[in-house]
Amino acid sequence: MSRVRGVDVGGTFTDVFVLDEATGKASVAKVPTSRPDQSRGFLAGIGADGADLAEASVIVHGTTAGTNALLERKGARVGIITTMGLRDVLEMRRRDRPRTWGLRGDFDPVVPRHLRLEVAERTLADGSIRTPVDLDAVRAAAATLLDAGCQAVAVLFANAYANPANEAAALAALRAVWPNDHVRGSAEILPEIRECERFSTTALNAFLQPEVSGYIDRLAGALSAGGFGGEFLIVQSNGGVMSTESACRLPVRTALSGPAAGVIAAGHIAQSAGFENVITGDMGGTSFDVALIAGGQSMLSPQTAIDFGMVVRTPMIEITTIGAGGGSIAWVDKGGLLNIGPESAGSMPGPVAYGLGNTRPTVTDANAVLGRIDPDRPIGGALARLDVAAAAAAIDAHVGQPLALSTTAAAEAILRVANARMAGAIRLVSVERGFDPKRFAFMPFGGGGALHTGAMLKEVGIGRAIIPRYPGVTSAMGCVIADMRQDFVQTINALTKALDTARLRVLLQRQVDAGFALLDAALSRFERRDIVVALDMAYVGQTHTVAVPLNVTLQAGRIAEPTVAEIEAAFDTAYRATYGRLLAGGARRVMNLRCAVIGRRPKFDLKSLAPMDGSVAGARVGTRRVHFSDAWHETAIYDRLRLPVGAEIAGPAILAQPDTTVLIEPGLTGRVDAFGNTILEPREA
Amino acid sequence: MTGALDPITLAVLAGRMEQIADEMDATLFRAAFNPIIAEAHDASHGLYHAVTGDTLVQGKSGLPIFVGVMSFAVKAIIDKAAADGDLADGDIYIFNDAHLGGTHLSDMRLVRPYFWDGALFCYLASVGHWHDVGGAVPGNYNPGATEAFQEAFVLPPVKLAKRGVLQQDIVDILMRNTRLPASAMGDLNGQLSALDLGAKRLDTLLEEYGGATVTAALNALSDRAEALMRAELSALPDGRWDARDHLDNDGIKDQALPIQVAFEVRGDRLILDFEGTAGVTAGPVNIARPTAVATAYVAIKHIFPDLPANAGVMRPIEVRVPEGSLLAADFPAPVGGYTETILRMIDVIFAAAAQAAPDRVVANAYGTINALSIAGKRSDGRPWVMFSFFGGGHGGSADGDGLNHGNAPISTATIPPLEILEAAYPVMFRQWALRPDSAGAGTHRGGLGAVYEIELLEEEADAFLFGERGRFPPQGVVGGAPGALNVFHYEAEGGWQAPPLSSKMLGIKLSRGAALRLETPGGGGHGRAGDRDPAAVARDVARGDQTPAAATAANGAAGQGAKG
Repeated sequence: MSRVRGVDVGGTFTDVFVLDEATGKASVAKVPTSRPDQSRGFLAGIGADGADLAEASVIVHGTTAGTNALLERKGARVGIITTMGLRDVLEMRRRDRPRTWGLRGDFDPVVPRHLRLEVAERTLADGSIRTPVDLDAVRAAAATLLDAGCQAVAVLFANAYANPANEAAALAALRAVWPNDHVRGSAEILPEIRECERFSTTALNAFLQPEVSGYIDRLAGALSAGGFGGEFLIVQSNGGVMSTESACRLPVRTALSGPAAGVIAAGHIAQSAGFENVITGDMGGTSFDVALIAGGQSMLSPQTAIDFGMVVRTPMIEITTIGAGGGSIAWVDKGGLLNIGPESAGSMPGPVAYGLGNTRPTVTDANAVLGRIDPDRPIGGALARLDVAAAAAAIDAHVGQPLALSTTAAAEAILRVANARMAGAIRLVSVERGFDPKRFAFMPFGGGGALHTGAMLKEVGIGRAIIPRYPGVTSAMGCVIADMRQDFVQTINALTKALDTARLRVLLQRQVDAGFALLDAALSRFERRDIVVALDMAYVGQTHTVAVPLNVTLQAGRIAEPTVAEIEAAFDTAYRATYGRLLAGGARRVMNLRCAVIGRRPKFDLKSLAPMDGSVAGARVGTRRVHFSDAWHETAIYDRLRLPVGAEIAGPAILAQPDTTVLIEPGLTGRVDAFGNTILEPREA
Repeated sequence: MTGALDPITLAVLAGRMEQIADEMDATLFRAAFNPIIAEAHDASHGLYHAVTGDTLVQGKSGLPIFVGVMSFAVKAIIDKAAADGDLADGDIYIFNDAHLGGTHLSDMRLVRPYFWDGALFCYLASVGHWHDVGGAVPGNYNPGATEAFQEAFVLPPVKLAKRGVLQQDIVDILMRNTRLPASAMGDLNGQLSALDLGAKRLDTLLEEYGGATVTAALNALSDRAEALMRAELSALPDGRWDARDHLDNDGIKDQALPIQVAFEVRGDRLILDFEGTAGVTAGPVNIARPTAVATAYVAIKHIFPDLPANAGVMRPIEVRVPEGSLLAADFPAPVGGYTETILRMIDVIFAAAAQAAPDRVVANAYGTINALSIAGKRSDGRPWVMFSFFGGGHGGSADGDGLNHGNAPISTATIPPLEILEAAYPVMFRQWALRPDSAGAGTHRGGLGAVYEIELLEEEADAFLFGERGRFPPQGVVGGAPGALNVFHYEAEGGWQAPPLSSKMLGIKLSRGAALRLETPGGGGHGRAGDRDPAAVARDVARGDQTPAAATAANGAAGQGAKG
């Protein structure tokens, strides 16, 4: 009972990372993702190494089941019971529009208007109840919604964050008559001011509940049938894991589960290797996802929109996506300008070279034509070989001829434009967060990222890149590394001068107790328990809040009461760090209390992944002609996993491994570090 | 011409230069203290031609109206520098004069000449909406203004920096003329940082590619944009199409104000002629000529959304703005209500263009920002002012129905949540809902407008509304019906009252428990309502977007089958 397995189900592949905690040995597997039911691929992947499931102690799953259900609108029929006068909040959004230009496109919320019913009730912003909830009206609404075939119901009352009494009374009445437990109130899910975001998050949670809990139940059932008796955990969008029970209750927290795990792993790998500041770039079939880790911490964003108008407010690892993946299509517009994406051939039919029906050239086709990918050993193992001639013909027809370029020049052009877009995303993500990208290392992961690493160094001016030993299964590795984490929020909305710190302490204590209870209920062992507390604060009159970290002390389970002076000093520090100055005499407001309760899972030593032996000569498997900028180079090919620690390979060279290809361009050197990572740097450095 | 430059370098440089403008946007959004910039993104940045001031590249995140208006700010500086003969590397100009730079006096414009190899290469510019720039009312929205002086303090173009040295006396003048100096200083610093970053990024780009290549790329991109625009215009039939609409009034005199356009396609050229538009008014619905030209640009870009944001697009387009019209008001005519006027310009351009290109053009959106202010004192004496804009429906298109409750075509700003407003001000929203039957019927109907009913929770307050579309509804196109009118009421003794000027009123007195009720227009319909899919009509009725009676009246036979 000592094996930990991480399973990441992506759009194309299901990746499995197995760690034997006793020996520290790790292994990886990759199988095609099954559609539409991902559980089949999951089970195939987890059994790929032939090991006995009974030996596994923990299985951690990063899933796109929730994301897909939202994007494809495949969720439950949900009914809404809401405050008189406010039935349309979900549909009115925050008065935005899908695109800046064109004024086209409309929006259908997941709950249509006739399933959103109003009842008499009203709480004011100060928490006082102006109109008690009409429970007869609530019961009548429940009957109407059940008649209409609703499987889940959400209660969305104005200002329930300030006082949930009306909402709680309505929920109690509903639970007495509703035939299942899919009954949720907005203050249960997110006791935070901003009704649009709270209502949307609660409604989407209700929408996902039957779908995601069904999926998790199927997996859990199949795992038990296979002899698994350990703990099954799900990765959340915040990069932490939660129990399956929590995931079924709060499925909306899995909305970006898959990519979050990858960033967690990247952070751990980078930190182990001595890099506190890294920018990660995950290049998949349709997109390039950029995340930033500063001082060892990945950035969390408070909310995201899964699609236009579908707002989920729950802390998420901040990931910026642009439509430039391996499957992104290259095309020449009417003005004669070469463009990449956003249209993508995805993984099905995929690039032209896959031979599955697509005829328009993609980034992967350009890589294939230039010899950067081995046509006889495509990654993932699902295809026998790549059709390079077809890729060349497509590049010729769609890019070469319109621009009067040779096939090779056209393929180079596709890569240059794609690289420029990816580099742009890296720069913008840095600048938006106030960082200079040159002070970061770049870490590619995903199947395609390591092909473009040299270009990112050159375009962005980054000094070095770190390529993890298993870049293609980083998300699965992240599942194994991720801590157990629960995030809590409660709106306070008080000036610091008038802050009731005793009440603040009680609210925080409740959050901490709830978090510890979830950790206590887990089978996993934790090395340590951490509490991370922050207040969202601003000067009066400002709507933008600053996250103000608060040091809290815990003695025998009891939180010490923070003082107003401590809180004001912490605000000044955080504010100055963000804006460079303070507002003299400005009154300060505490908007929200946030708390994360984290159970630190034991981290495995990444050195266990490093190669034990091997030699540069032994790893060299041959040469191939590869095109770099303006010439073909006879390029050495190495089996990356057989290179020893300390090996240095000068470009041009290619390091091949089953899940990715590392390209070392002329002028760069790749060095194998003590963990088996490849550090890529300009040769002069 | 474009011959010298290879297509790969051009594609890469196009992206790199767009990036510079985007990074300038990001720099200011991050640094700004003021939520109008930080959250509503009421700002813009770009690169402009050294001689003409034409837009070369503009950031993607700023407000739509700034695409086009910025080049006038740069042109004003080019003219000033030519007259003074003292342009130098390291200079930065600043001004807010809307009669020179377009939009309104809240928009502070910074323009910086960028030198490369000892010669002027281009201009960098930054515009941002400051929280307060003096004038008669905090926040500068003064619907009673009859002169610019009552709207804000007016700064003509002056040098904020000379040869890299910040002129502290200019900063002192600025900070003494705002009610919120800390906020203004934050915005000023943010704008300066954005210009610095732009210059730094241009240095890197020019070192890498050289001035000649970058110039060639900029010229090629403008030429290509022009070629794209000409190709689009050539695909339209030749002819002249007229459209006329009205502003309700100027807020002072109860007289409708016609806004008229002739949309004339001649081969690959377009003429937009606003002859027939009303003359300059006493109230603040005037706009300056630069605003009018920029608005034409915004409308065109909505019709052809894939065209790049550079001046090449406008070369084949001639905008004729008649002298003496309210579209070319001279200083010091008030321009604070400019949003209403430019929304109407966009509406008439759409209405005319739809006759030439029915599939390319959407019907009119709700067409008014409905600036509403409620102000008073709390029981403890603290003053409060709630100032907001409200949403409405978008127009139907050939693709589908219009968006319910969208933002204005000139903006991308979102509305604050009602809980934020209720927490900040002593008000309660009795209703915040879609407005059934407000959409213009059509094969594709407009989006629904909204109903907001706001009750006062303190003893008393004063309110004003500056809105439009109370008398002339948003138009449908290609046979689509108009949306509903804007409707405003306030509760006073004797029940609900309507303002004499329909959607504009100053000095509304509210007492505890009384409310304001604003019902905003839906968008116009696209195509004949009788051609609407009966299933869509039935769905509208089932959801309550449309009452059965209205469905039958609007859609004829298609609506007959719909049951409530």
